Amino acid sequence: MAADKVDPIHQFHITKILPIQVGHWDVSFTNSSLFMAVVVILTTAFLVMATSGRSVVPGRWQLVAEMSYSFVANTLRDAAGKSGMKFFPLVFSLFMFVLVANLLGMIPYFFTITSHIIVTFCLAMLVILTVVIYGIWKHGFHFFGLFVPSGVPAALIPLVTMIEVISFLSRPISLSVRLFANMLAGHITLKVFAGFIVTLSAAGAVGMAGSILPLAMAVALTALEFLVAFLQAYVFTVLTCMYLNDAIHPGH
Amino acid sequence: MAEQVHTTAEVQHEGAHSGAFPPFDSSTFASQILWLAITFGLFYVLMAKVALPRIGGILEARHEKIARDLEEANRLKADSEAAGAAYEAALAEARKKANDIASGTRSALAASIDAKRHDAEQGLSTKIAEAETRIAEIKSKALAEVDGIAVDTAETLVSSLIGEGVGRDEVAAAVQAAK
Repeated sequence: MAADKVDPIHQFHITKILPIQVGHWDVSFTNSSLFMAVVVILTTAFLVMATSGRSVVPGRWQLVAEMSYSFVANTLRDAAGKSGMKFFPLVFSLFMFVLVANLLGMIPYFFTITSHIIVTFCLAMLVILTVVIYGIWKHGFHFFGLFVPSGVPAALIPLVTMIEVISFLSRPISLSVRLFANMLAGHITLKVFAGFIVTLSAAGAVGMAGSILPLAMAVALTALEFLVAFLQAYVFTVLTCMYLNDAIHPGH
Repeated sequence: MAEQVHTTAEVQHEGAHSGAFPPFDSSTFASQILWLAITFGLFYVLMAKVALPRIGGILEARHEKIARDLEEANRLKADSEAAGAAYEAALAEARKKANDIASGTRSALAASIDAKRHDAEQGLSTKIAEAETRIAEIKSKALAEVDGIAVDTAETLVSSLIGEGVGRDEVAAAVQAAK
C-alpha cells in the first residue's frame, strides 16, 4: 500500500554506522554523529576558506563570513553589553552550529540533528550552566538576587521569587523544546505533504491532477522551513544572549 | 521534501527499530550526548581559536585602515590649510612692508623738504637781519655825518657873518641845541 510506504517519522531514526559499546553505554557513531561532524567540518571549512583572501574589500564569500560574525556580535552586544563579548565564541558557535544543522536538514535524505530533543536540550543546558556557573563565580550569592526583583512590595516577594525561580528553571526546557519542536514539526509536515503527492499520484490521472495542491503546499512549506531554520537559530541565539546578560548583570 | 518513497524493505527495516518515537528513544541518548560533546567541543575550539580571530582580525584591520586613511586625509587637509594660511600671512606681511616702505619714503622726503625749506628760510631771515643792521648803521652814520656837516656849515656861516672864528665846540653845542 502506498500509504504504508510514507512514514513521516522514518527520517528521525538513528542508525548506527560504527557500533561502539563502552561498558553498558551504547556510544555508537551514528548518522546523527556523522551530521554533527559534517556541520563542524563544513562550517569551519567555509569560514576559513571564505576568509583566506583576508582582503580589505571583501568578496561575496568573505562578506558572508563577516556578516555572520557581525550579526552575532551585534546581537550579543545589544543584549548583554560590552562585557558580554567574552561569551562571543560560545554564542557564535551555538548560532552557527544550530543554523548549519537546521539548514543541512533541509537537504533531502540528510539527517536533522536538531530534531532530537536530547541534542537541543544539551545545547540549552550548556547555556544555562554557563549562566549559573559564571553568575555564581562572578557575583557569588548576589547572583540569586536575580530571583528577587527590586521594587516589589515585601508581601509579594515570596510569590514573585517563586515565579522567578520557576521561570528560570523552565528556561532550558523552553529553549530546547522550541528548537526541537519546530524542526520536528516542520519536517513531519513536509513529509506528510510530500506523502500526499505520492499517494494521490498513485491513484490515476485524477489523483495526478489533484496532487498539484499538496505539491504547491510542499513548495511553500519548504520556503517556510528555510525561514524557520534561520529564525530558530536566531531565537536560540537571542535567548542565549539574554540569559547571559542575567549572568553578567544579575540585578533587575 | 526528503525521502518521499521508501521501499518495502525499508519499511520492514524500520520495524527492526525499537518502537519508541525516535527523538524520545533514550537508548540513543548516550551516543548523541557523547558525539555532541565531542563535535561541539571541537567546533567551539575551532571557532574560538581559528575562525573568529581570523574574521575579527580582518574586520579590525579594515577598521584600522579606514581610521588611518581618514587620519591621513585629515592631516593632509590640515597641512594644506596651514600652507594656505602661511601664504595669506606672507602676502599680508609683504603688503604691510610695501606700505611701510612707501610711507617711510614719503615721510622722509617730506622731512628733508621741510628741513631744506627751513634752512632756506633761516638763511633768508639772517640775511634780512644783517641787511637791516647795515642799513641802520649806514643811517646812523649818515645822520652823524649830517651833524658834522651842520656844524661845519654853521661854523662857516657864523665865521663869514661875524668875521671871526668861533669855537667849534660852541657851534656844535648850538647845533645840538637847535636840533
